[in-house]
Amino acid sequence: MRNVWTIARREFAAYFVSPIAYAVAVIFFLILGLFFNYVDLPQQAYYATVADVFSRVTTISLFIAPALTMRLIAEERRSRTLELLLTAPIRDSELILGKFLAGLGFYLVLVALASIYPLILFAFGNPDPRLLITGYIGVVLFGAALIALGTLASTLSQNQILAFFAGFGMVLALMLVGAPARVAGPQMGEVLRALAINSHLADFQMGILDTRHVVYFLSLTVAALFLATRVLEGRRWSG
Amino acid sequence: MIQVEGLTKRFGPITAIQEVTFSVNKGEILGFLGPNAAGKTTTMRILTGYLTPTAGRATVAGYDVMEESLEVRRHVGYLPEDVPLYPEMTVRDYLAFWARLRGLDRAQARIRAVIERCALVGWEQALIGRLSKGYRQRLGLAQALLHEPEVLILDEPTGGLDPRQIIEVRELIRGLAGEHTVILSTHILPEVSQTCQRVVIIHQGRIVAEGTPEELNARLKGSDQVLLEVGRPAPDALEQIQRLPGVVQVREQAPGKYQVTCAVGRDLRPELAALAVHRGWELLQLRPLDLSLEEIFLRLTRE
Repeated sequence: MRNVWTIARREFAAYFVSPIAYAVAVIFFLILGLFFNYVDLPQQAYYATVADVFSRVTTISLFIAPALTMRLIAEERRSRTLELLLTAPIRDSELILGKFLAGLGFYLVLVALASIYPLILFAFGNPDPRLLITGYIGVVLFGAALIALGTLASTLSQNQILAFFAGFGMVLALMLVGAPARVAGPQMGEVLRALAINSHLADFQMGILDTRHVVYFLSLTVAALFLATRVLEGRRWSG
Repeated sequence: MIQVEGLTKRFGPITAIQEVTFSVNKGEILGFLGPNAAGKTTTMRILTGYLTPTAGRATVAGYDVMEESLEVRRHVGYLPEDVPLYPEMTVRDYLAFWARLRGLDRAQARIRAVIERCALVGWEQALIGRLSKGYRQRLGLAQALLHEPEVLILDEPTGGLDPRQIIEVRELIRGLAGEHTVILSTHILPEVSQTCQRVVIIHQGRIVAEGTPEELNARLKGSDQVLLEVGRPAPDALEQIQRLPGVVQVREQAPGKYQVTCAVGRDLRPELAALAVHRGWELLQLRPLDLSLEEIFLRLTRE
């Protein structure tokens, strides 16, 4: 566990000197701020809800999560620091977990800074605090799954751009898998809906804490990190 | 300290190394000599636990590289080729990061020790991205020495350095013998005789020779190629040289510049000098030619 922490700490610190991380943060807050000012705020006069803010955060996360994770392994591979890191006395799983935690940490910093918007709603309106709690649980779980998928994508290539699109593509595939649910028949439709990532988000934003959704996101995170570890191990054979 | 037996590594259809067998005794500096793409780096990567071999066995410091990879990695210090480093970190932060990864108890004392040993004093706060090639090399070496490993594996430690830095690094490495067991790779022949006690020569993934630098030099003696340069060669100079007893082949590299291959074991320099002076060709230079690495491999593989 100490190794995980060592890896995570270095990677987390590297975010704060990375231009890409700052660019991602700017885009995140710019889009969030614009929507809040021009779309959410005027509406809030009639509906005092924080659901919209959370739904914006999760939508933008689809893009910023793979942008935050694309460097994690790909950059180490490109600059060949991975070679040295893989000869350190740490397990491949510890390396992956450390990288994942650093990415999740930076993502949570962004989410925490974005909490200014729900706070504004609290200051001037009367939203349901339960929505806030479940909303944040949803954002954190969703973010963890996205960051884990992005970490997996980053192990696949030494090219950060490819890693970005691989990560984005994985999430996109997990959204589109639910699309044919309506025409797939009752049983198959149910399975497809259960697999689709977006079908697990709505309840959190409506104040419902359903363990099925929690289990879905946690399993997705663990599966992605497990696969990332296997890919990394596989590279020891293929060089 | 290091035992390698029948080590083979294939990447798909390409065989990088085949049936590589050698051993290194405790405290010894072993030179791994070979041209680029001979399999030196692949062998080293297997010994450091970075790559998994396709076949064969290797033990480092008594641990099997396949079965006890983590133990092997604890006992090995590795300096990869081109010294990969994190440009955004400072020298001290980088060493501190590795001290934590290595789980060192007296981290601060060890960091100070390697900074002094590798002549990095005064550079602790420097950003790695701003370091020159020579300092990057020293930092890479400092990282490899940080945990006082029994075995050091250095891939082309003098690659890309200027002559003064090369001498410094070589001295540093020579100072490690006894305390550490060292494998270093190089494609520079003199480097081996200056730094190493024993040499393994690898070519196209196979070991073609093994021995002390003196033994290998003795085996390669009798190569006897001589360069003769004259100012005013006669038109039939080539034929005249050719007629000397003991000359196997003459090649005219440039007008007046002859590469003379002598029969094995014969040094024809006195005869060549006499010929050139006697005929008034204006002898400019006459010297034995060093074998290129490629010629050495050809010679060794022919035997």
